[in-house]
Amino acid sequence: MSGEKILVVGNGMVGHYFVEKLRSHDANVDITVIGAEPRPAYDRVHLSSFFDGLTAADLALTTREHYKELNIEAHLGEQVVHIDRGKKQVETDLHRRFDYDNLVLATGSYPFVPPIEGADTKGCFVYRTIDDLGEIYAFAQHASSGVVVGGGLLGLEAANALKNLNLKTHVIEFAPGLMNVQLNRVAGETLQSEIETLGVQVHTEKNTTRINSSTEGRLTMEFSDGEELVTDMIVFSAGIRPHDSLADQAELEKGIRGGFIVNSECQTNDRDIYAIGECAAVSNQIFGLVAPGYRMADVVVSQLADGTLHFKGADMSTKLKLLGIDVGTIGDSLGRVSDSLKFDYKDERNQTYKQLVTDASCTKLLGATLVGDTSDYEILHQYVINEIALPSQPESLILPNINGGSNLLGVDALPASAIICSCHNVSKERIEASVSSGCHSVLEVKGDTAASSGCGGCAPLLQNLVENKLAELNIEVSNAICEHFPFSRQELYDIVRVEEIRTFKDLLHRHGTGLGCDICKPAVASMLASHWNEHILKDQHRGLQDTNDLYLGNMQKNGTYSIVPRVPGGEITPEKLIVLGQVAKEFDLYTKITGAQRIDLFGAEVHQLPSIWKRLIDAGFETGHAYGKALRTVKSCVGNTWCRYGVQDSVGMAIYLENRYKGLRSPHKIKMAVSGCTRECAEAQSKDVGVIATEKGWNLFVAGNGGMRPRHAELFATDLDDETLVKYIDRILMFYVRTADRLQRTSVWLEKLEGGIDYLKSVVIEDRLHLAQELEEQMEMLVDSYACEWKTTIEDPAKLKRFRHFVNSDEKDNTIQFVRERGQKRPAIVEA
Amino acid sequence: MSRTNWHRVCTTRDLILDAGICVLVEDQQIAIFNIELGTTENKLYAIDNFDPISKAAVLSRGIVGSIQNRVVVASPLYKQHFDLETGQCLEQSDVKLLTWPIRLNEDTVEIALDSQ
Ligand code: SRM
Ligand SMILES: Cc1cc2nc3c(=O)[nH]c(=O)nc-3n(C[C@H](O)[C@H](O)[C@H](O)COP(=O)(O)OP(=O)(O)OC[C@H]3O[C@@H](n4cnc5c(N)ncnc54)[C@H](O)[C@@H]3O)c2cc1C
Ligand code: SF4
Ligand code: FES
Repeated sequence: MSGEKILVVGNGMVGHYFVEKLRSHDANVDITVIGAEPRPAYDRVHLSSFFDGLTAADLALTTREHYKELNIEAHLGEQVVHIDRGKKQVETDLHRRFDYDNLVLATGSYPFVPPIEGADTKGCFVYRTIDDLGEIYAFAQHASSGVVVGGGLLGLEAANALKNLNLKTHVIEFAPGLMNVQLNRVAGETLQSEIETLGVQVHTEKNTTRINSSTEGRLTMEFSDGEELVTDMIVFSAGIRPHDSLADQAELEKGIRGGFIVNSECQTNDRDIYAIGECAAVSNQIFGLVAPGYRMADVVVSQLADGTLHFKGADMSTKLKLLGIDVGTIGDSLGRVSDSLKFDYKDERNQTYKQLVTDASCTKLLGATLVGDTSDYEILHQYVINEIALPSQPESLILPNINGGSNLLGVDALPASAIICSCHNVSKERIEASVSSGCHSVLEVKGDTAASSGCGGCAPLLQNLVENKLAELNIEVSNAICEHFPFSRQELYDIVRVEEIRTFKDLLHRHGTGLGCDICKPAVASMLASHWNEHILKDQHRGLQDTNDLYLGNMQKNGTYSIVPRVPGGEITPEKLIVLGQVAKEFDLYTKITGAQRIDLFGAEVHQLPSIWKRLIDAGFETGHAYGKALRTVKSCVGNTWCRYGVQDSVGMAIYLENRYKGLRSPHKIKMAVSGCTRECAEAQSKDVGVIATEKGWNLFVAGNGGMRPRHAELFATDLDDETLVKYIDRILMFYVRTADRLQRTSVWLEKLEGGIDYLKSVVIEDRLHLAQELEEQMEMLVDSYACEWKTTIEDPAKLKRFRHFVNSDEKDNTIQFVRERGQKRPAIVEA
Repeated sequence: MSRTNWHRVCTTRDLILDAGICVLVEDQQIAIFNIELGTTENKLYAIDNFDPISKAAVLSRGIVGSIQNRVVVASPLYKQHFDLETGQCLEQSDVKLLTWPIRLNEDTVEIALDSQ
């Protein structure tokens, strides 16, 4: 095929996979791709992660530069509107013409919007592209409720997104049950009742007839049964339709449900035109998943070369987390094959449902459905795709094993040829070979084999296989914090606690090697502080501290330090303000109001720090821990003492919380805020711990974040009294200190925490781990042993001795140079 | 011809175990580290205090440790590691700091500057 012109229409997941495959197969073939979306192909399967903070760049599967390197001509943001089969040419909306020898259509599909009057009103959206999600996100910022039309897979994914955008969420389904394409009635009901307990309202057997918009911009949906629903926005996710508009004009045959009809070589009725992915219909079937599309791409690459591969249908098994609920369907999950037998297990206590479908002789598994618990999905999937013989009592595969353990095969029992990753067609053999050849982590094996880089569904199985193989090869797997300790942060934390270790040296002698480093030392220093709360500049702790902790100030770019005294809750007396001004003036410090309601004085040299802090402490200030992985500030709004809307004393609560948790050393910094009413002027929902006053008490939010990856805090509990509020915060913070990784903010910690916020609630509110008392006691100890680090430092001559630039001279550091700007000093720019 | 010129820079009481201090010798800022290697052996190192990457005189305030058997200090500003023995930056092969011979004479710490 070298030298031929291959033209690909559509740069979605499948079109992209195709051009990369084709290029790696043939370095010389002339490849051109034309894509309607403005950006190169991206990971549509993980589209919803956009709402978790992933950007278009994170989702990208390639870049324009990469296409250039591969010598692939890409025209993006341009749509093919006409095919001239006679001239073998296509024409685009920009009136440009491109020749082809072979044309590959990979135009995917588009969301189906039912023909409802008003479905194009402002506030109505679809869910397919990054741009769609961007629009939904922007609109949701000013909405309080949202409706998803469509209770299938994608609809529920969209519902999850709306719920996470803090909207009151409804799902409207035309059929009697959710996901009726994949699930039987019982499975659909189990899923529905679980979803409803999460606060999403599901309306089945509802047929929308009209959408009206009111003058305030709200939407009213009318249903055929006469009922109505008022909402702010609507997302249509009622199925997909193949993008086959090019078919009619070019006289390409279409399937019953649309799509370009192709044979097993993926050829349309014009043998020079292929169709792959969601726009292709094989025996009238459309495949709405990415893996079958990839297989079709493989077929076309092979057809263009030697023609050995054929498309033989595809596995439509899926495993998903829908609104936090695990759902898996494997093979012929609805038992469409005649004579098939079914085995059901339903557990109402744990809201789980499992069903197996076997052949008439009970020797082969044809399909399965799992709701609420998909831990056996991968293995059951293997039974189906690799036709593994069933045990004599197939039901044992889904019944709980009263004696513990599992009735299922382990990964080691799978045949070498078993396909582990169906997206990328990677076998067990291939993965094991990759491990043997030196890829010793899931990440490396993923890079080497592409396994698990599609839908991600095979990730647990892959992990299992890699671990097994490593064990077999006697290679240790490490989640070690660094080269000096073979332990994770959490394991080290437990060791420190259980063995009552008080110094880094002791820990290193007992459990580590080498001298330690700038990763493990500060991490251990923080653990020691949260257990014993000794002064961090005690001789044995001194060398462990990050620079900022070492001089109790943030080091700035020129080696000078900043000084941020604590201003609890942001409340400050005029007297104290004056002192700050006087000190700044006397020592010539650059002065700035920080983003967290306090004042930062910059440009102090090491030797000046003690005298500056002496002045501040004498005036009643304390250290603000702006340098530490510790509590920073508790921001407040003015609250009910002054504000006409305030319903509680937010300033009082903020000051109380700040004084309670000041000095608490933690895996990363902790920020809090308290607002006096729902107007939320203190921005509590962007903090690690956010408190918002209600008529009855306080609502508590956790795990919010500003910074690099902003995240809204999640509602943890409502209408708490003062005492319960503090009790919960004590427990949450201590549990975070105990279990988070180093430099992990509460946001990422909660995202990684198995079971998420519900699990955290069960630990903190229901005391599921019987830890509550211990956590509270540990916090109490820390609160009681608090001492201002700067106060202790200036009272100790031995510690003060360290605040000099040179130990043998009173000279100043002559590399520090300032210039003046807007009436204050700032570091001079160092010439390179 | 060059002749070793030992300067008395400070005493053992000025040193901090497993951390750095800074001395001024003939206008040169030198960071001195006192590292416990194993349980009995202590070793002194002397390197340039100026971090050429951040362009600030701050290396004596970095955390010391080991990386694959090399004793290193991490710059407090952007965390590059410098080999205390050779001054070599581990992350940037083209960056190497000056180092000086250092010794203990009873309680006095001495550094050798070459003088012409
Ligand atoms: C001074 C200040 C900027 C200002 O002039 O307003 C500031 C300055 C620094 N921030 Fe900040 N941040 C300041 C408020 C914030 C805020 C706003 C807030 O707290 O309400 C945020 C976003 C909120 C949040 O953290 O969720 C913020 C997000 C960050 C981040 C990103 C954290 C993240 O999770 O993504 C870093 C980097 C880090 O910690 O790894 C950072 C790091 C830094 C460091 C420590 C960078 C460094 O290592 O040198 C800066 C130290 C300057 C110094 O010496 O004081 N700073 N920084 C603010 C001090 C507040 C205070 O009174 O303590
Ligand atoms: C929210 C969401 C979640 C999903 N989750 C999963 C999942 O978990 N597992 C799974 O297997 N699948 C999932 N899918 C489905 C999966 O994304 C699709 O199967 C896959 O993207 C299909 O790839 P494709 O290349 O055929 O089509 P697409 O990715 O749709 O790409 C087609 C491209 O062609 C362009 N195009 C169309 N017409 C023209 C034209 N005339 N000229 C130029 N360009 C044109 C389109 O703009 C589009 O960019 C999900 C889809 C969505 C939307
Ligand atoms: S949050 Fe409420 S009490 Fe606080 S300032 Fe705003 S309106 Fe006033
Ligand atoms: S099965 Fe989809 S990524 Fe492996």
